Amino acid sequence: MTFQYAPAPESTAIVNINSSNDLFINGEFTPGHGNPFKTINPATEEVLAEIAHANEEDVNAAVMAARKAYDKTWSKMSGRDRGKYLFRIARLIQERSRELAVLETLDNGKPIRESRDVDVPIAAAHFFYHAGWADKLEFAGYGDNPRPLGVVAQVIPWNFPLLMLAWKIAPALATGNTVVLKPAETTSLTALLFAEICQQADLPPGVVNIITGAGETGRMLVAHPDVNKVAFTGSTAVGQAIQRQIAGTHKRLTLELGGKAANIVFDDAPIDQAVEGIVNGIFFNQGHVCCAGSRLLLQESIAEQTIDSLKRRLVTLRLGDPLDKNTDIGAINSREQLDRIIDLTKSGEDEGAQRWSPDCVIPQKGFWFAPTVFTNVTQAHRIAREEIFGPVLSVLTFRTPDEAIEKANNTPYGLSAGIWTEKGSRILAMANKVRAGVVWANTFNRFDPTSPFGGYKESGFGREGGVQGLGAYLTSEETS
Amino acid sequence: MSSLDSQSPNMRSASSHKGLHALLAGLSGVDQVGAEARAAALGTRSIKKESKVWAIDTAISMVDLTTLEGADTVGKVTAMCSKALHPDPTNPSTPSVAAVCVYGDLVPAAREVVGDRIHVAAVATAFPSGRASLGVKLLDTREAVAAGADEIDMVIDRGAFLAGNFGKVFEEIVAIKEACGDAHLKVILETGELKTLDNVRKASWLAMKAGADFIKTSTGKVAPAATLPVTLVMLEAVRDYYTQTNVRIGVKAAGGIKTSKDAIKYLVVVNETVGDAWLTPDLFRFGASTLLNDLLQQRQKMLSGHYSGPDYVTID
Repeated sequence: MTFQYAPAPESTAIVNINSSNDLFINGEFTPGHGNPFKTINPATEEVLAEIAHANEEDVNAAVMAARKAYDKTWSKMSGRDRGKYLFRIARLIQERSRELAVLETLDNGKPIRESRDVDVPIAAAHFFYHAGWADKLEFAGYGDNPRPLGVVAQVIPWNFPLLMLAWKIAPALATGNTVVLKPAETTSLTALLFAEICQQADLPPGVVNIITGAGETGRMLVAHPDVNKVAFTGSTAVGQAIQRQIAGTHKRLTLELGGKAANIVFDDAPIDQAVEGIVNGIFFNQGHVCCAGSRLLLQESIAEQTIDSLKRRLVTLRLGDPLDKNTDIGAINSREQLDRIIDLTKSGEDEGAQRWSPDCVIPQKGFWFAPTVFTNVTQAHRIAREEIFGPVLSVLTFRTPDEAIEKANNTPYGLSAGIWTEKGSRILAMANKVRAGVVWANTFNRFDPTSPFGGYKESGFGREGGVQGLGAYLTSEETS
Repeated sequence: MSSLDSQSPNMRSASSHKGLHALLAGLSGVDQVGAEARAAALGTRSIKKESKVWAIDTAISMVDLTTLEGADTVGKVTAMCSKALHPDPTNPSTPSVAAVCVYGDLVPAAREVVGDRIHVAAVATAFPSGRASLGVKLLDTREAVAAGADEIDMVIDRGAFLAGNFGKVFEEIVAIKEACGDAHLKVILETGELKTLDNVRKASWLAMKAGADFIKTSTGKVAPAATLPVTLVMLEAVRDYYTQTNVRIGVKAAGGIKTSKDAIKYLVVVNETVGDAWLTPDLFRFGASTLLNDLLQQRQKMLSGHYSGPDYVTID
C-alpha cells in the first residue's frame, strides 16, 4: 500500500467575501463610477465577487483625498506616530493572517501553503520593518532632514497581490507619503481587505486609498498631475509605457519589471539543495515570479545527473486545489496568462528544445499548467530570452565560470540570479560579475524586508526594502 | 585472535583505503540551511483522516521498542516484549511493533517472550560509546547473535571517523558484519557527535559500502538524537546508493521522536525522498520507547473519535 495524502483543504469559512466591492477613498468605501467587473477563482472559474471600476472622477477623488491627507495630517505627523499606525497595521495583518491567506489563494490561485507561509508573513514583516524606520529617517543616510515626496501612485501586479501592496505601502507611509494604490484587475480582494485593516487601525482618512480597475485606471492614476511619484511593479512593456507617459514631468519613478534569471549550478554545488533551489526558483507560485530562476545554467559535467535528480523531484510535486494544504503547484492566475505560457512553450518545441513534464492530473475546470522542463535549450531560443511567467524551466549548459557569466548576462533583463557552489570565493567572484539586482548564493527566492530588491537594465530601477528602499520615497529638498 | 583483529585495521587503513577516502571526498556537499529548509517544508504536510490512520499503523509496525538502561531487568524486558507483541490489548487489530531492542545480555529474556513473532535487536560493540577494542566488540556481537538476536545495532568509532581514519571505521563494520552471520546489521552513526550534515552523508556512505543493512541516526544517549534534517540526508544517501547499486539499505531514526505528529513527518520525508518502497519495517524503523504510547492514543482517537488518556494505554 502506498502513502496517499487525503485531501486537507483549508476552510474558507473564515473569509466573508462581499458580492460587490467599492473603492476605498478617503477612509470610506465608496462606489465607483465605471462599469463593475467580476473577479474569479482561477482554480474553479467561479465568480468570487464584483469589483468597482474606478473612472477618471474616482481617480481624481482618490488623489485629492491623498493630497488632503498629506497636507493636513500625514506629512505633519511625527515619525513616532506614523510608526504606531504601521505597527498597528502589521499586527492586524498577523491577527487576520488566515483570512488574508485564504482570500489570496481564492483570488490568485496560489497554494495556501505559500500564501500562509510566505506572502502574508512577509507582508506583515514589511510593515513591522518600516514601522521601525518611521522615527529614524534622519539616520538613514538621506540627509539630516529627509522629506516625503507627497502623493504616491502605486500600481501592483497580480502575482503577489498582498505582498506587493506591502512592499509599496509600508515604505511610502513610513516616510510620510500618502498613497493611491491600484491592485491588478484579477486580484483586488486582499487589497480591499487591507483597506478594512486600515479602517480597523484608525489610519487617518486619505492616507491610503485603493482604487480598483483595469489598465486604463492605472494610466489615469499615473498621469494625474497631482501625483509626485509613481511606483510600478509589473511587465516591462507597461513599465516602458509609464516611463514614456510621465517623461518631462516632475514625477519620480521606480520600476520593478520582468526578469529572466539565471540559476547557475557548478559541479561542486550541494546537489540535493541545488535541486530544491531550482524547484523553488521556477515552480514557486507557478513561476509567476518576476525574479524566477527561469534559466537553469548547469555545468556540463553534472548536467545529466542534475537533470535526472530534478525530474525525480518534480514527480513528487502535487498540483491541484490551491486550498489543499499539501498542494505545491496551484492554478495559473488567468486564462490570458495561461494562453501566453502555452504559446511560449509551443515555440520552445517548434524551435527544437526537448520538453518534459511529470505525469500529473490536470483538474477539469480552472487554469492549469503542469511543471515543464525544456532541455537542449540554447541562447537563441525564445524560451531562453522571453519572460514566460509560468512553471516552465529552460535548461542550458556551460563549461567554465566565464561562459556561465556571459550566458547569465546575455539577456535584456537583470533582476536576479542564483549561484550554487560550495566554494565561497567563487560565489563572491560570480556575484561581482553577474549583472542582476539580487544574487542568491546556495538559495533562491528568499525575501526579507531588510534586503533591497530591484533590477538592472530592462528589469527596472529603484530598490524596494532595506535602507536603500527608503530612498525611493524621500528627498532632501524642501517640498511644498 | 582479539589482539590481531583489533590492530590490523589500524595498520592497513592508511594505505589500503585510498578508494574509500576518494569516494567520501567526492560526495556532493550538503548545504545545511537548504537541507533544514527542505525538512521543515516537508514537515508542513498535512496528513489527515484515512492517510493518518494508515500512517499511524505503519509507524507502529516500524517501531523498535527499546529499553537501554543500566537498570533493565528480565522483568522489565519481559513486560516490554509483551507490549511489543500486543501494543494495545484492548484492540487486537493493532499491529505488532517491528522489534524489541535491548542490551545483549537481555536477548534471551526477550526471545523467550517474543519467539519468532518479531525481531530481537541487540545493541553491541561497546554501546553507546564504542570505546573498546575490536576484539571486545566482536565478542559482544557474537554473544548477542548466539543468544538469539537477529538484528545487531552497532556503533561506529566516532573518534576514528572524526580523526579522518575512515579505514578503521570501515574495517570494523566489515568485521562486525561478518560476526553477525545472518543477523541484520544496523550501523549507528551517532550523528549528534558527527555534528555536520557533510559528515552524516560521508558516514552514511561509509557504512553502506562496508555492508550495513540499515544506517541508524543515534544511540539515544547523545543529544541531539534523530532530527528530520539528519534523517533526510541519510535517506538521500540511501536513495543515491540504490541508484548506483540497486540495493536498498534501510534507515532507522532513533531517539527524540516522541509524538505521532513527529513520526508522521518522518514518514512524509521517507515517502518524498526515497519513495514508498521504503515505507515498510524492512527498510524504515523508529527507535523509540515513549513514541509507541502516543501512536496508540492517536490510533484510539482516530478509531473512536475521542481522546482517551494515558491511563488507557499500558506503561512499558
